[in-house]
Amino acid sequence: MAKTIVQEFTKGLWQELPPFRLVLGLCPTLGVTTSMENGLGMGIATTFVLVGANLLISMLRSIIPAKVRIACFIIIIAAFVTIVELLMQAYTYPLYLKLGVFIPLIVVNCIVLGRAEAFAYKNNISRSMADGLGIGIGFTLSLGALGAVRELLGYGSITVWGDFSYNLLTNFPSFQPFTFMVQAPGAFIALGLMLCFINVVGSK
Amino acid sequence: MNEMIKMVVVLTVLASVAGGVLAAVNQGTASQIEAQQLQFVKGPAINNLMAGSANNPIEDRFKLTVGDVERSFFVGKFDGKPSTVAFESFAKGFGGDIGVMVAFNMETEKLKGAAVTIHSETPGLGANAKEKPDLVAQFSGLPVSEGVKVTKDGGQINAISGATITSRAVCDAVSKAMGTYQQIKPEIQQEIQKFGK
Repeated sequence: MAKTIVQEFTKGLWQELPPFRLVLGLCPTLGVTTSMENGLGMGIATTFVLVGANLLISMLRSIIPAKVRIACFIIIIAAFVTIVELLMQAYTYPLYLKLGVFIPLIVVNCIVLGRAEAFAYKNNISRSMADGLGIGIGFTLSLGALGAVRELLGYGSITVWGDFSYNLLTNFPSFQPFTFMVQAPGAFIALGLMLCFINVVGSK
Repeated sequence: MNEMIKMVVVLTVLASVAGGVLAAVNQGTASQIEAQQLQFVKGPAINNLMAGSANNPIEDRFKLTVGDVERSFFVGKFDGKPSTVAFESFAKGFGGDIGVMVAFNMETEKLKGAAVTIHSETPGLGANAKEKPDLVAQFSGLPVSEGVKVTKDGGQINAISGATITSRAVCDAVSKAMGTYQQIKPEIQQEIQKFGK
């Protein structure tokens, strides 16, 4: 049962939504989602790496020998991660400072290596691109959503990008932000509630 | 055997190409990254140290090569004269390199001040070197001498409690900056005159 390209793309948005359906890539999911902006930035960086790595690995899949494929994947992924890191330093420096060590850690993100091994090495270029893009966008939206929930409860604001933000306190001055949500334990609680919600919706 | 050679060749080629691409990207973004660091990391530190200067110290900068390293120097004008110069110095802290911007008053031969630029110290302990003024405030007004040390090592600087290694590193960076300053003082004086007009 071969899937169409569109199906390869859309599966990443729901069926195989990385952090919530597959529960993969939890380190950045828990670590950087203190605000919506951080979550989206991290997601976009990961998407770039995913699409680039999937494209290259799919292109080179006939010449990469099976025995050293993991080493080859790591070289390709690490190269893309370093490119992202340099580009972020050059153009979005404040975001780069906030995400800190999580950017280089994309190298060991299991989603990226997982897609390379399970998909790009076995499929043609266009399908691999669709797969990488779908999974990447799914990951970005998941981190954005989790970041939005945590930021809204923890700081009372939602920052989509830069100055484009909404502050709950302007409309509801009596709202008391609970800082707990933007600290480490809040990440687990927010993720748990999110998983619960996704499972309830998904089981219907 | 054939397979063995193929593995080696593929890995080597892949690694070399990746290295080449990264070198190119690194070169291509280097100037942009420097500009961003000036704006977001060094900028606040310099403006803090040079508060009240008549010029923009970030604009008025020059480069000198000390040893093998090219460093940027930032000039501050006070009372109409370019009397203050600041540059960055590094030392190994608890969690990696700590960068300290050190400003010298060339007329009085005293430290104008120091400010931490980059660090990866423990939040709440070592990170206070940047967030709180307690440690760096102690440097302003010190004469340029052999070096500075924390009191524990027989020096004059009170360390941040719980962050002796960080405090030592900051002292170390300031001492290194003093050494560099003394070493290349004539060159600095020459360059700095150009900003006097």
